[in-house]
Amino acid sequence: MCGIVGLFVKNPEQRADLGANLSRMLVGMTDRGPDSAGIAVYHDPSASGWCKLTLFHPDETYAWRAMAGELAAALDEETDVFLKANHAVLSAEAEEGEVRAWLAAHHPEIRIMGYGTLMEVYKDKGKPASVVDKYGIAGMAGTHGIGHTRMATESAVTTEHSHPFTAASDMCLVHNGSLSNHNRLRLWLQRRGQVFESDNDTEVAARYFAHRLGEGASLREAMEAGLKDLDGFYTFAMGTRDGFAVLRDGIACKPAVLAETDDWVAMASEYRSLAGLPGVADAKVWEPEPTVVYSWSLN
Amino acid sequence: MTEFDLAAAPIRELNSRLHKLPPDTNERAWRIVNPRGAHSIAVGLTQPIEVRIAGHVGYYCAGMNKEATVVIDGQCGWGLAENIMSGTVRVTGNASQGVAATGRGGLVVVEGDAGARCGVSMKGVDIVVAGSIGHMSAFMAQRGRLVVCGDAGDDLGDSIYEAVIYVGGKTGRLGADCVEKEMTAEHVADLRALLERAGIEADPTKFRRFGSARKLYHFNVDHADSY
Repeated sequence: MCGIVGLFVKNPEQRADLGANLSRMLVGMTDRGPDSAGIAVYHDPSASGWCKLTLFHPDETYAWRAMAGELAAALDEETDVFLKANHAVLSAEAEEGEVRAWLAAHHPEIRIMGYGTLMEVYKDKGKPASVVDKYGIAGMAGTHGIGHTRMATESAVTTEHSHPFTAASDMCLVHNGSLSNHNRLRLWLQRRGQVFESDNDTEVAARYFAHRLGEGASLREAMEAGLKDLDGFYTFAMGTRDGFAVLRDGIACKPAVLAETDDWVAMASEYRSLAGLPGVADAKVWEPEPTVVYSWSLN
Repeated sequence: MTEFDLAAAPIRELNSRLHKLPPDTNERAWRIVNPRGAHSIAVGLTQPIEVRIAGHVGYYCAGMNKEATVVIDGQCGWGLAENIMSGTVRVTGNASQGVAATGRGGLVVVEGDAGARCGVSMKGVDIVVAGSIGHMSAFMAQRGRLVVCGDAGDDLGDSIYEAVIYVGGKTGRLGADCVEKEMTAEHVADLRALLERAGIEADPTKFRRFGSARKLYHFNVDHADSY
């Protein structure tokens, strides 16, 4: 059992409260996932020509600033680093691909949690309340975000196996369920150039959607293609630079509830997560139908 | 009227108080506020009391209900009125999956839509949904009536026994052994009375009736080679 949440803020005036509301939603899913939590927030766009990456190292005293200095010297560009516990948000006036390649070559001990120009990703062990507190999620403004709370039932509680999974620039996925054809699909994706970091089934789904988006599919088209190619149980919530989408498999044995007002749209595994959102009493609340792609876009 | 605030006290305290009510209780009308999607609100009631819940509820609300009338002014999560024995459960909004699953008696009314697996293995309960229902509803239904004023999803009435299904709108693919049957004057009268009891306005002459073809009741030796 796990809990997933997603919040997409339509009204610009409410974007300052994104992190606070998303935190509330994640804490609401504590009973479904008390072991670890992860969250991706789309906020604080990078300056033109800059990229940002969320990085992780288990050692809280890791020499992030020295690493950022090395990167600046290697690229001969400006870098900046912002520390949050054992995560760091690295900004660089460079292409994100260049930074990722440099990190892989020179600092393989660092895990890249997410990259792009907007998205920041934080994952940690512990109850959702302590995770959102540790990373100051409540103070983060932004347009949208997704989150996951995990109850470990079949593998260790580690950040590697924690959602959200990111597989492309400013793209991430959370999943409640399990896929049954992930091994075959992983091979199929590997032959098409996708590189995997874990044996996790959700990473396969994330890279599958990244592959489809990379082929030029829209968010909706990518998810519709997934209905055909992904076998198993799933409720997905996916974020992209300017979009948010929700999809359930045809059996629909994993729960989901959607709520929408003029100001925001929110998704969660259970209504408990949504109970604290402003204006939820007057929101339209419904269960997303199986195999129907629900998507929202900023544009 | 007894008011119980779930923001001020836990769900177990509420259910415990409701369970301890004696048959001659004077606390016959309850109002529950701040449900905030909590699970298992007002489950296992056994006295003919009236419980009104102001807001959205989580899973298994009014499960195993006996005698009581439970009204939810909001939406509800999975397993509304599961295994209801008698009494009435009403939700003014939408309900999620498994409404009145295995219900043995009583009446469950959903004024909005219900999700998948509505009335699975129902054994005597009457269910009236003003909106539409999801897939796999009335799976292995044995007794009772399921009324859907809107549309029914795929695999309606799969492996159904003797329950009766009335559908006002469209149906998807029917489940195994579920067939459309003639809507006689007797059935129109039966449905009219049930709609009236549920307080749902709909024209009973516009409904179609579905039930069991009774082909799965016995093993058919001609199918032996299929196994």
